Amino acid sequence: MTEPLGTAAELRRALDAGETTSAALVERALARAEATAPRLNAFVGLRAEAARREAAESDARRGREPARSPLDGIPIALKDNIAQAGEPCGCASRILAGYVSPYDATLVERLRAAGAIVVGRTNMDEFAMGSSTEHSCHGPTRNPWDLARSPGGSSGGSAAAVAAGIVPLAFGSDTGGSIRQPASFTGIVGLKPGYGRVSRYGLVAFASSLDQLGPLARSAEDCAAALDVVSGRDPRDSTSLPEPPTRCREALAGDVAGLAVGLPREALAGAGCDPEVSRAVEEGARELEKAGATLREVSLPHTRYAVATYYLICTAEASSNLARFDGVRYGRRAESAAGLTEMYERSRSEGFGREVKRRILLGTYVLSAGYYDAYYRKAQRVRALLRRDFEEALASCDALLLPTAPETAFPLGERTADPLRMYLSDVYTVSANLTGAPALSLPCGFAGGLPVGMQLVGRSGDEATLLRLADAFQRRTDYHLRRPELPA
Amino acid sequence: MSRIGRAEVERIGHLARLRLEPEEADALARDLDAILGYVAELEALDTGGAPPASESPVTPLREDRAAASLPLERALANAPASDGSAFLVPPVLEGEDEG
Repeated sequence: MTEPLGTAAELRRALDAGETTSAALVERALARAEATAPRLNAFVGLRAEAARREAAESDARRGREPARSPLDGIPIALKDNIAQAGEPCGCASRILAGYVSPYDATLVERLRAAGAIVVGRTNMDEFAMGSSTEHSCHGPTRNPWDLARSPGGSSGGSAAAVAAGIVPLAFGSDTGGSIRQPASFTGIVGLKPGYGRVSRYGLVAFASSLDQLGPLARSAEDCAAALDVVSGRDPRDSTSLPEPPTRCREALAGDVAGLAVGLPREALAGAGCDPEVSRAVEEGARELEKAGATLREVSLPHTRYAVATYYLICTAEASSNLARFDGVRYGRRAESAAGLTEMYERSRSEGFGREVKRRILLGTYVLSAGYYDAYYRKAQRVRALLRRDFEEALASCDALLLPTAPETAFPLGERTADPLRMYLSDVYTVSANLTGAPALSLPCGFAGGLPVGMQLVGRSGDEATLLRLADAFQRRTDYHLRRPELPA
Repeated sequence: MSRIGRAEVERIGHLARLRLEPEEADALARDLDAILGYVAELEALDTGGAPPASESPVTPLREDRAAASLPLERALANAPASDGSAFLVPPVLEGEDEG
């Protein structure tokens, strides 16, 4: 099997030094994707010919003009819920079998303009609803560190592809932890930018007030470079921030002196947290302290209500967003239905998987007459309290540090029959979506041979401080450099 | 105490245009009952005068300017049934012919 690819920054240096070509990198990515496919199932589709053509174009430009961005000529992967013109965008759902996107997501337009080369689409939980990448019509993705375990979800394909060295960088979406929890389970960095930082135009909507696109990579440096490329105002997404693209890569000074990191006592004392995970995160905190940051205890009293609040709001929004899949304009249509209502019902019932139906039903229920105030409106009130908790904690700190997930990667099949237990895997991640804060997960240790991730949550608009802290941590540690040994 | 049963799940299924087999509706009722039991912890929380978070955002507006939209043939390319200018659906009223 071909060797794993290095980080995007390493590949950039090799390209600039004339030691390799984009064509060679794309061939390696494609070969490794194919060689690992039977075991990992990380990709649902490759775009080999288009990627080869784009690599040749990038190679032809090199030497004649400056690189368009740090990602010029670098192979990357995208989650299967991000629209690319002329490519399928299936969301791992039967209901979108055969669908070909008529347009590019803004994120894709920006990546193309920057010279990045998409080699394939990655597996996910259907419509990004899940925490294990098992709710997929393509079957589960496996964790490169232990093939009997889940890579997390819902961006599990993107996480596995980066962790296995197939691509240095992939993008996912994060509605309640779907970038950070798989990053934690596979020993890589995953960044959920603040709400509105990256345009959602061309991201298939799950819960519009929570969804955000972001990068997964082995280093904070690569995540910073990726965010700088894809961020910035987009008139096609009215919720995108009216700000120019970030310049996070410049902020990676390696120095975190003077930064205050808050440790929420509720998270570290969490009864449901694996003690080995807590220990690794506490050691991570001490490492940041050695790097010059100061630690202080803070309190987030309402985070114990976050999972309940999240599952009421995200399902309500999902029930509305997924009404568009009706068999009329695109997607699967049930055959020989006698009338329109029957066609809707059968198309949707045959096309959606069990978890998607569960969430549509729950969302419809909490929005329905008689329940709206008790569930949906109440959840929105708690959401406001959560926002206040985070604002108060971040008034005295530059970032908060907590576990990403209460556990390491769990075995495949362990939770598919127990949705509530699956939801509790998101206990530490959903708050950043509910509050809109930027958050990232980075590797901080191992427990029983499996990676452990810690999470940094920042102030609104301040991804740069999170990336600076994560980069400083990675300059002092080697957790992110370790690689899983994939059986041949 | 059960919060939701099969009949209620089937009623909501109809609102959401999901047709559920009896066993499926039973299984989903059990799942939803467990989830609603869990989220009930919010009932006891006094949120004081906190206004719902959803009622505070301001919708940003942009200038109303004409721009090209998706060309017809591309908009129709994924249609399960079309006549080249419109999407076709089964009869809206019972007894009518398709088209």
